[in-house]
Amino acid sequence: MFPNAFRYEAPATLDEAIRLIAEHAYDAKVLAGGQSLLPMMKLRIAAPAVLIDLGGIGELKGWRETEEGLRIGALARHADLERAAALYGRYPLLSRTARWIADPLVRNRGTIGGSLAHADPASDWGTAMIALHAEVEAAGPEGSRRIPIDDFFVDTFVTSLEEGELVVAVHVPAPSGPVAARYMKLERKAGDFAIAGLAVHIVTDGDGRVAEAGIGICACGPVPLRAAKAEAALVGRPLTNDTIAEASRLVPEDADPADDLRGSSDYKRDLLRVFALRALREIAEELEGRASIA
Amino acid sequence: MKIAVKVNGRLYESDVEPRTLLAYYLRETLNLTGTHIGCDTTSCGACTVLLDGEAVKSCTVLAVQANGREVMTVEGLEQNGQLHPVQKAFWEAHALQCGYCTPGMLMASYALLQDNPAPTEAEIREALSGNICRCTGYVNIVKAVQLAARELSGEGQEALQEVEAHGASSN
Amino acid sequence: MALRQTELRPLGKPVGRKEDPRLIRGKGRYVDDIMLPNMLHLCVVRSPYAHARIRRIDASAALAAPGVKLVLTGEDLAKMNLAWMPTLAGDRQMVLATEKVLFQYQEVAAVVAETRAQAEDAAQLIEVDYEPLPVVVDPFYALSPEAPILRDDKEKKSNLIFHWEAGDREETEAIFREAPVVVKQDVRFPRVHPSPLEPCGCVADYDTARSKLTFYVTSQAPHAHRTVLALVSGLPEHQIHVISPDVGGGFGNKVPVYPGYVCAIVASLKLGVPVKWIETRTENIASTHFARDYHMTAEIAAREDGKVLALRVKTVADHGAFDGAADPSKFPAGLFSIVTGSYDFKAAFVEVDGVHTNKPPGGVAYRCSFRVTEAAYLIERVMDVLARRLGMDPAELRMRNFIRKEQFPYRSPTGWVYDSGDYEKTLTLALERIGYEELRREQAERRARGEFMGIGISTFTEIVGAGPSHTFDILGLKMFDSAQIRVHPTGKVIARLGVRHQGQGHETTFAQIIAEELGLTVDDVLIEEGDTDTAPYGLGTYASRSTPTAGGAAALCARRIRQKARKIAAHLLEVGEDDVVWDGTAFSVQGLPGRSVTMKDVAFAAYTNVPEGLEPGLEASYYYDPPNLTFPNGAYIAVVDIDKGTGAVKVRRFLAVDDCGTVINPMIVEGQVHGGLTEGFAIAFMQDIPYDADGNCLAPNWMDYLVPTALDTPHWETDRTVTPSPHHPIGAKGVGESPNVGSPAAFVNAVVDALSPLGVEHIDMPIYPWKVWSILRAHGVTE
Repeated sequence: MFPNAFRYEAPATLDEAIRLIAEHAYDAKVLAGGQSLLPMMKLRIAAPAVLIDLGGIGELKGWRETEEGLRIGALARHADLERAAALYGRYPLLSRTARWIADPLVRNRGTIGGSLAHADPASDWGTAMIALHAEVEAAGPEGSRRIPIDDFFVDTFVTSLEEGELVVAVHVPAPSGPVAARYMKLERKAGDFAIAGLAVHIVTDGDGRVAEAGIGICACGPVPLRAAKAEAALVGRPLTNDTIAEASRLVPEDADPADDLRGSSDYKRDLLRVFALRALREIAEELEGRASIA
Repeated sequence: MKIAVKVNGRLYESDVEPRTLLAYYLRETLNLTGTHIGCDTTSCGACTVLLDGEAVKSCTVLAVQANGREVMTVEGLEQNGQLHPVQKAFWEAHALQCGYCTPGMLMASYALLQDNPAPTEAEIREALSGNICRCTGYVNIVKAVQLAARELSGEGQEALQEVEAHGASSN
Repeated sequence: MALRQTELRPLGKPVGRKEDPRLIRGKGRYVDDIMLPNMLHLCVVRSPYAHARIRRIDASAALAAPGVKLVLTGEDLAKMNLAWMPTLAGDRQMVLATEKVLFQYQEVAAVVAETRAQAEDAAQLIEVDYEPLPVVVDPFYALSPEAPILRDDKEKKSNLIFHWEAGDREETEAIFREAPVVVKQDVRFPRVHPSPLEPCGCVADYDTARSKLTFYVTSQAPHAHRTVLALVSGLPEHQIHVISPDVGGGFGNKVPVYPGYVCAIVASLKLGVPVKWIETRTENIASTHFARDYHMTAEIAAREDGKVLALRVKTVADHGAFDGAADPSKFPAGLFSIVTGSYDFKAAFVEVDGVHTNKPPGGVAYRCSFRVTEAAYLIERVMDVLARRLGMDPAELRMRNFIRKEQFPYRSPTGWVYDSGDYEKTLTLALERIGYEELRREQAERRARGEFMGIGISTFTEIVGAGPSHTFDILGLKMFDSAQIRVHPTGKVIARLGVRHQGQGHETTFAQIIAEELGLTVDDVLIEEGDTDTAPYGLGTYASRSTPTAGGAAALCARRIRQKARKIAAHLLEVGEDDVVWDGTAFSVQGLPGRSVTMKDVAFAAYTNVPEGLEPGLEASYYYDPPNLTFPNGAYIAVVDIDKGTGAVKVRRFLAVDDCGTVINPMIVEGQVHGGLTEGFAIAFMQDIPYDADGNCLAPNWMDYLVPTALDTPHWETDRTVTPSPHHPIGAKGVGESPNVGSPAAFVNAVVDALSPLGVEHIDMPIYPWKVWSILRAHGVTE
């Protein structure tokens, strides 16, 4: 299967990319890792006249720690983040999420920026970034800006990027204390999109109370969603059987799943509850273990 | 569009349509038909090759994206008439039946063993989870990767000598 | 691990495969690898509607597109009398739609262009004006009087294709009237697809100067394809050369002739250059022939002590728009009447109604002998329902009802004569190896803790090796098979067979049979299949028939050679033929062990020193018409654990003990079992091709039609018993499909067993996690 014919552009700098995007507007598509876009082009669901390949832009690759946290370049690949041992301690959700994305071969090509810009409701990265309270850095002809992740996803395959803008990085705030995280996902088969998935990111304070809670919901609504009620129920309280049970009960309340071949909406809501229960229990055990070592 | 790609150590300069997928470029322009195509949705991995040393699905990479880079296909595994240990191990452990997934499986296995010389069964199954086989049920593929790992680490020489012997007799 | 190919007496040994050296080098030659000079590419335009009248097709824009050489429509084909073609089931199928389409993705037009990309571009430019018609998706609705008649081309104005019966209705009814225990269960076998990794495709190359068509096609049955093509196209059969190159898996999908093949041939005839058509995965799943889709109801009449008495089965079979079942002519429901399985029923009565719907045609024998999978699944599932009803252990119920060893040959109430088996021995081995009693103890403990663990047993009997010519034919072609062996002066052998392997390892296993019979090594024997100009006529490889038919032909053909070799040996040994003995590796003189000649000596003499009056040379053909089918069987045990939170099922262990008679190559048999179990696992837990009310296919690719990866697939354990077939020349029975036939019931029985404390008696496949979750939550079980 072949994509439609298109003109191929391979800008070497971000400025050049932005200029090309402005020039070709709706005729153009931006190619990052291509693991969603190229299959859609092969099936001719997408048929851009111009394809702007970001692959040669060095400034979009890699990540670095900043004063406020971590800046991950849009072209950081799933496999890079999966294997980034230096990030396991402070940003454990990154590798825990990355290993659930598609399969190892796709992870060698697919990028975090491409995944976020694609805005699939089953986006594992989208879900994790919700949990991490991340911000998307976008750049366009008017300069760059940062979009809180909750404002970034507008609808299925729709983001708040303006015409001519592209994702250049994602900013993850640094945790203020001991951190643990889990990514839970049920698939119909390995590498499938989620039936439902949950990203849970917990930071505790010196007293073992939850200082920061982030819970993202995957594939249970038009976009990745935030379990805001459950987060609120956890902040300021220790992780006990009671708080865990209460938060787990609240997670599905912020979900909006549909009945489909993957299961009923009731089923998906219950999966979220079960995942929350399991994730929070594991996190509590991990953080307690760490505290006792310290 | 003009591209220059090093494939199995040899530099090729070609003029391709931008929409040409790497898999088709390898098969139809370079006649390296060992790279197979089994689906349209990046699901099956029959087209797996190494791009700058990493296993990728060549049906989901444009040939122009390989410009200036190195590709290794199944045809590049054998060196100086010597099968690579992973090839010998697939033969020895009966890790193939129809053979259609085999080139992709070999390349994904090769990539795994580069990164992880002694993978566990779970690690092998994970590393090959982007490659579908409809014939073998994977048990013997896992065995083959373990066998190749032993051979590459200097153990298991004996196991594979047998294969050398009958390999020589049927060539 | 594999053995060398240079040893004598190779039968029964794990000889390394002869086909592997090319395949591990990426030097296989599959149909898409064939690139011929001036070759064009064909792309098929397909219907977006499941049922619609075609008002108009406008191909003008496509014809004007870059590189386009030809557009074909149904009207073009009708002028050549090629708009329809016969199916293997005696129905006919549209090649390209003329007046209306009957399923989504049906073939409507074909575009031929210089490159594949150009053909795809132009295909998008073909405008078809459709008038949608009411769609029939449900086969039960199709049978109702208010349903529209789909096949108005047929004489009989009904959606019922056939009604078929087997067994004795009256006797069965009489037993049911008196029986103390009756169980009844509705069981669905979902619509699945063989989905070999290599999709279907062909290259048609018509040589105008020689009036000869060379047709490369990924085919399981090249000779049958040639005959069908000759009948359809009117080309003389000897001017059609079908070559089935390396085949990337088949599993039944590559038995039928598909519309794309006919279009490629017509295009090559018209244009005088080679034309390639390679389908996409979506085309493969959504238009080539599917399998199963049986809606079954089974009842067992039994005594209270568990002895089964009679079986009654009623089935509605969804065959889609055209009857594309690849069944032998006399068996519209295939060998489904093997449904009494391994058990000694007094009586049985089986009915099947075949029905048209607006879905793709089928159903082929997917790793299965013509509906045997449906039959084995049904009886093994319902035996468990009976065990549950009686409160009896399912292993115990089976032991009590097995056809006993001494009853063979055993005539079943539906008329099959089982050749051999020792079911008790096979199940006993399986129970011991898996540690059945210990597992039951563990299960009791886990149940006490509120956990859900299940153990499922399936003790199936298969029927393979179609088949004896008195009963079996496809389109009139008798289902024997053939071998032709030529021994050259140096004792090296080329053997050709009428079957066509797709990964089963014939190049090795048939070489083992022939080497064993001729006292040679596997290395001495080259097996060739799939070229109709050189190979003898045969019906092909499917339904595990190659070993029972062509394997028999190979052995008997080799024995025919040995007969002649004995005469030459007598001449070389200077004794009478009666004084010559064969010990498996050489001829010697009775009572004089020192003097002997090998087959190589004889082969050389056959061309250099034949006794007077004997025809020189050493070759033979054999067309083997088997006296009966063979009946492989097995005892499979699955152990599963259920995740109460998600409903996900984990297969903790799976043991397959197979009895396929004499084993030619245990390594290859084990590989076949592993593969078949994986497909059975996928069917039990993942696979279905659902359609919405408008007839839209909801799983037309490998993102939604789920095929398991290494990460999903359990680790398989295998063992075997050996009960040779008494009528097969080497006692072999065939094994390729046994694991696919036998395993689905073991998986489902295990899940039902796990949930049985909740009163669950049945769950339909595929067992998605949500189904299990729904049952758990309905009974108040939660995490």
